[in-house]
Amino acid sequence: MHKVAVIGDRVSVCGFKSVGFETFFITDPDEAASLLRRLASDGFAVIFITEKLAAELGDEIDRYKDAVTPAVILIPGVTGNTGNGLSSVLRSIERAVGSQLAE
Amino acid sequence: MAVLNVNPTRMELTNLKRKLVTARRGHKLLKDKRDELMRQFLALVKENKELRIKVENALKSANLSMSLAGSNMSDEAIAVALMMPSQKTGVELGTKKIMSVDVPEFKPAFRTERDDGIFSYGYAFTSSDLDRAVNELNSILPDMLRLAEIEKSCQLLSAEIEKTRRRANALEHVMIPNYTDTIKYITMKLDEIDRSTTTRLMKVKDMMLDNAHNYV
Repeated sequence: MHKVAVIGDRVSVCGFKSVGFETFFITDPDEAASLLRRLASDGFAVIFITEKLAAELGDEIDRYKDAVTPAVILIPGVTGNTGNGLSSVLRSIERAVGSQLAE
Repeated sequence: MAVLNVNPTRMELTNLKRKLVTARRGHKLLKDKRDELMRQFLALVKENKELRIKVENALKSANLSMSLAGSNMSDEAIAVALMMPSQKTGVELGTKKIMSVDVPEFKPAFRTERDDGIFSYGYAFTSSDLDRAVNELNSILPDMLRLAEIEKSCQLLSAEIEKTRRRANALEHVMIPNYTDTIKYITMKLDEIDRSTTTRLMKVKDMMLDNAHNYV
């Protein structure tokens, strides 16, 4: 069984502990980057990360884009939905089509 | 017109013609691959988008409940209540192939330690908002994992499409024109050599006849 991780600030993330995901309370981008690397090599299959934290991580997340695992997925945190998650979907369309589709 | 740097010989011409046939076939195959990938991708990305909107909305309301719980209870109380989860959730990792692209399959796997539902705490010292948050998170869980699976597939497929598209374009706009141009160049060069040989022979014949019979 591969584990599932959730990374983000305390309030956004602590609920996931109750459903059985492994939770990591982190708000510092540098710490999050090294944690992400550790989790990726540790056999985590899915890593949910709050949009707010992901925005500060930048390229670190793109490193896992072309690997089968881990799947790094953005989720909205308590601070609200920044729309980054949805725009990452649009980015993959853009990459496939080669140009921005009118939305 | 971009002519490759080759000797205009008949052997080179045959080689190039063979390469051109291969390039054309490769281009056709890549184009078909790209079209099929694109079809699969578009279906997947549509589902991805819908699922993401659904999950984000559900998480929003779960987060709301969580914030409410946080306002009623102290951080420590919440941490204590959620300290020992009654189940561990992971995924069974499988892979399937879409057009020879490996995409992951995540199947939720639960390991329940105590058989008393998803709530890891007694209800006495916790607010009902916490119950609601946990409940909501639990019900959105399969969708979240499905979202992870689809979103990953989309990312991998889009990378593959990009690669295929580039290859198809390189063949279509660089390799094939180069080959046809070079083939044309060699053909013309060879014809030119042919013609010059013919005229030279005619000239020589004229000169020889001239010498032998002294025609003017």
